[in-house]
Amino acid sequence: MTIMERDVARQGPELSRRGVLAGLGGMTFCLALGTDGVDLLGDAEANTMANAQITPWVRIAPDGTVTIYSAGAEMGQGSMTSLALILAEELDADWSKVAIEFAPADADIYGYTFQNQKMMAIVGSRAVQLYYTNLRTAGAQVRKVLIANAAEKWGVDAASLRTEPGFVVNPATGARLGYGEIAAFGKVPATLPAVDAKELKAKKDFRLIGKTIPRRDTPLKVNGTAQYAIDVRLPGMVYATALHSPVHTGQPDGWNDAEIKAMPGVIATVRLTNGIGIVAQHFEQAMAARNALKATWNKGAAANYDSAKALEDYVKVHHDPNAQTTDIDKKGDANAAFANAAKTYRAEFRSDYGYHAQMEPLNAVVRIAESGDKAEVWEGSQAPDATRDEVAKALGLKPADVTMHQCYMGGGFGRRSLGDYAAECARIAKQVNRPVKLVWTREEDIAHGMFRPQSFQCVEAATDASGKIVGWRHCVVGDGATLLHTGIRPLYYEIPNQHIYRRGVSHGIRLKHWRAVGHVFNTFAIESLVDQMAADAGMDPIEFRFQRMSITPKARKCFEQVAEMCKWTDKRPDGRALGISVTERSGSLGAGVVEISLDRASGKIRVHEVWTAIDGGVIVTPGAATANVESAILYGLSSMLHERVTMKDGAVEQSNFHDYNLMRMSDLPEEMHVSFVDVDTRPTGLGEIGNPFIGGAISNAFYRLTGKRLRHMPFTPERVLETLKA
Amino acid sequence: MVSFTVNDKRVSVEADPQTPLLWVIRDHLGLTGTKYGCGAALCGACTVHIDGVAARSCSVQVSALEGKKVTTIEGLSPTSSHPLQKAWIAEEVPQCGYCQSGQIMQAAELLAKNPKPSRAQIVEHMDGNICRCGTYHRIIAAIERASKEA
Repeated sequence: MTIMERDVARQGPELSRRGVLAGLGGMTFCLALGTDGVDLLGDAEANTMANAQITPWVRIAPDGTVTIYSAGAEMGQGSMTSLALILAEELDADWSKVAIEFAPADADIYGYTFQNQKMMAIVGSRAVQLYYTNLRTAGAQVRKVLIANAAEKWGVDAASLRTEPGFVVNPATGARLGYGEIAAFGKVPATLPAVDAKELKAKKDFRLIGKTIPRRDTPLKVNGTAQYAIDVRLPGMVYATALHSPVHTGQPDGWNDAEIKAMPGVIATVRLTNGIGIVAQHFEQAMAARNALKATWNKGAAANYDSAKALEDYVKVHHDPNAQTTDIDKKGDANAAFANAAKTYRAEFRSDYGYHAQMEPLNAVVRIAESGDKAEVWEGSQAPDATRDEVAKALGLKPADVTMHQCYMGGGFGRRSLGDYAAECARIAKQVNRPVKLVWTREEDIAHGMFRPQSFQCVEAATDASGKIVGWRHCVVGDGATLLHTGIRPLYYEIPNQHIYRRGVSHGIRLKHWRAVGHVFNTFAIESLVDQMAADAGMDPIEFRFQRMSITPKARKCFEQVAEMCKWTDKRPDGRALGISVTERSGSLGAGVVEISLDRASGKIRVHEVWTAIDGGVIVTPGAATANVESAILYGLSSMLHERVTMKDGAVEQSNFHDYNLMRMSDLPEEMHVSFVDVDTRPTGLGEIGNPFIGGAISNAFYRLTGKRLRHMPFTPERVLETLKA
Repeated sequence: MVSFTVNDKRVSVEADPQTPLLWVIRDHLGLTGTKYGCGAALCGACTVHIDGVAARSCSVQVSALEGKKVTTIEGLSPTSSHPLQKAWIAEEVPQCGYCQSGQIMQAAELLAKNPKPSRAQIVEHMDGNICRCGTYHRIIAAIERASKEA
């Protein structure tokens, strides 16, 4: 196959970022992140550390261009821009002259410290909150160096100088020096100046943080030039796809190898630990061969797994005193609180598996050097450091011998942080000795998915004679260990006696983080029971929380703000009702309200309007922050109303978007209103906070409309009809 | 060999006649702005125009294209200044961005046929294009803006 009209082909964007920086004049600032934060290293130190591959973080070219490396893996949430903006704020850079590049995959240099480990994983809404202080300090240090160089040149005291975006100015004389001009002559001291937290800008002095600053990747995403890993093309590259065991953890016994190898374009088949890789000249040929595979499988642990049946068995696990039990939180004496209660409440909830459904099917490109001792990988990864490590491991190389080229991600949602499919691509590339692009088909992406675990939950509450909640028990049952209990502690309520625990089982099903994961089903359960108690007390649900629960001030503020936004006490049109829920995630807190209607004939719930008030600390980029919350709201609506993975005989029953239903434009609420509480505290995570309140808010609105409670998410029309009949 | 026009340039492609147009565009011609999402005309990420009509390129065989005129996101406007592209930027539509080439091509067909669509007409026309990041409301706003400003 040939390309006859070469002009049609678009040139790929520059892939080598280190190469771009090498050989330019100007000043380079390198960052090494110590255990206690960021330390900037000047040129001199950096040079002495050249063998350790210290890579520039900030570079100021003589033309004034400030290049900032961003560790914000970009999956749509905008933190590639936000992280660079935080540094640029304290540097007082001219934003129009700031260029942003992805930081290289090297956690020792670019990672943050989390639980005593250096990592770059952009998961759990961590990017802005974990890099915020470090990047501000780094920006302030660079600014100090620029001022010192200007002071020396002018022969004045550095303390008398100020900066304006991109310039050092002398207020006494009116003299000005551009950052680029300074870079042309400036020296970076061997030891960079220290910056005290008090020297950082006050919120009122921010020029960039909190302002309307567009994301940098937007223009590339309206004309097809944003480069995802799936778009990478290398000379001599061949295409691979894979068929994995339909039963999770199964392995291939054999397949019609001769027949497959005789198919057009097929170059090789590769035995993988849990599947079969097919390599061909073109992707469509690899896909055709995958579809023609007739494989037999050694079925593995999940062979007889039936998800619906397992979910029903969770009830027995809940009652089984010998089940594996892990305490998540114990406070006060829950048993005594229940024994002495004036009244107790108890409700059970269920949730199904959820699939990430990121729009870009999982893929990676790997090229191994002819010498075999170096390799490159292109992937859109939430954890570029993990990708580098996994590829190195797959090839028997050291991580330092693998170069990871970060790409834009066509969605992440927690799936893309393991480097697993990049490692698979590396194994295939090693077998065929050529650069390989591995793309999983959508069918593969679902069948071999890693899911938000299903769960059974029992939530109990005890009230005293005054009606205050004094006791709380919450048991979650399922597979997935810690994935099951994120969000299970109601951090927004201070209940004196509580016992929260998990009863774990193991199915051999692949599970993974998923946009707030456990928060989604746990918050649904918690907030449904609170609403039930409010109804039982004959009280307004917000007033109930304020009067009968020790609600935190932060949560109270969010409730007050959202109540005002939605005019909570106003009468709604006939057939409409409001429901409310609170949620927390990654340090942020939010309260949300939905207005719904119901088609009682079909069982279809329609969400018309959504309001949310969120305390996320200082909002670094309000546009992207709002978009993140809107996105999470719709992710929540989609998962609560439409999405469901089921398994029979250990295999996923859904295969593409005809039977794994995602929300479409016609399901969109008429209006969404997002607001942030105006505070001056450190930023907290905003990528997921919009999601977990949706389940409780919808089910509580449903109760107001029908007097019935939804107990099993997603609230599919069939389940709604069953609930109405019950 | 199949000969047709892509973004106003003549191309001749030697490929199996059953090859989906999507892979011809992306891999044979190197126009990677058109995306693979589902391979089954369920998501719209691969939407292009064939003689001005929006089509799912993953489900059109290259053999059907002889003499036809294909437009991809790269050919919508040589300077990325189509009213929809400008509106997409103004409304800050994209998040991950992966579906947006298809969304814009789908929307471009609508505005070509109906320069002043109602919200209901927009929703009806765009309902086959999935956006997992949930930018639907901004897509509607951008189409309305482009419709006003075009």
